[in-house]
Amino acid sequence: MFKHIFKRKSSREIAKDRLKILLISDRVNCSPEMMEMIKHDIAKVISKYMKIDTKSMEIQITKTGSRGLGAKRPALCANIPILDLHHDVL
Amino acid sequence: MSEVIVVTSGKGGVGKTTTTANVGTGLAAMGKKVILIDTDIGLRNLDVVMGLENRIVYNLVDVVEGNCRIKQAIIRDKRYPTLFLLPSAQTRDKTAVNPAQMVKMISHLKDQFDYIILDCPAGIEQGFQNAIAGADRALVVTTPEVSAIRDADRIIGLLEANEIHRLDLIINRIRYDMIRRGDMMSSEDVVDILSLPLIGLVPDDENVVIATNQGEPLVGNGTLAGRAYQNICNRLLGRDVPFLNLEKGISFWARVSGIFHKN
Repeated sequence: MFKHIFKRKSSREIAKDRLKILLISDRVNCSPEMMEMIKHDIAKVISKYMKIDTKSMEIQITKTGSRGLGAKRPALCANIPILDLHHDVL
Repeated sequence: MSEVIVVTSGKGGVGKTTTTANVGTGLAAMGKKVILIDTDIGLRNLDVVMGLENRIVYNLVDVVEGNCRIKQAIIRDKRYPTLFLLPSAQTRDKTAVNPAQMVKMISHLKDQFDYIILDCPAGIEQGFQNAIAGADRALVVTTPEVSAIRDADRIIGLLEANEIHRLDLIINRIRYDMIRRGDMMSSEDVVDILSLPLIGLVPDDENVVIATNQGEPLVGNGTLAGRAYQNICNRLLGRDVPFLNLEKGISFWARVSGIFHKN
């Protein structure tokens, strides 16, 4: 009962979340699976130098600048939470 | 100074033709000289929405192929003397016209009209390419639904790739009762996803169906959708008009019955 009240996502939120993921792959013509692979590889490389939170890291393809203002290019934005900067590996 | 506007959406049935008819009528009512061009060859509809289906003699394809002069194909609206329609052909298909021919025809019309509004067909094939070929700016119509927004995003990418950078968003068929329940994306959600400047919010209004039944545009009348279209026209003319507070537009009885319908 309480689970039902507190955990149910509204269909509006579901639509918004689905669209955000869908449009990323539409815009670059790259599948969510490929995004997952890119994410995995980035995490692997960064982990060599610092301790990061791979579970909550996010990568996204965005368009830099607002639309309608001329030329802009898609950019890959990664948000990688660092857990420990002094992760000495070298 | 003439402006060529294409009304497009990608997905079908979101309200391109209704938007074209109402925006065109609204601009004509404000004294502008306007021509509406139906570019949906094979599936023409703008004529019936405008209530002008009985006056068609020649069409877009006849003009392009040189079967008639452009003046012979243009129909004058029955309500506004500065509003005109160039209907599409019903018995041909989209390959009957190419983008270069559209650009040439539009350049002939430019010195005669203040606004040239093109009703784009659904899809991204040649009909779309024809419609956008001569356009200076675009009105992208969508509804707060996943499929319509996805298609709008694709269309926005194609418009930008075709060097059309003045894009404005119209969100159609908004249901405020559903947004309140958390069952429909709000206009903020849609703008956030598509990141286009917003030029119109049109509520889901049964008067649109009634107006289409009668072949009468509803811009400027007292209905909610009519007021919304009127505001879009004002914004196209560069006037700063606040968006309708559509929450208030929902009648008392709709609210009361809404309470009882909530399980």
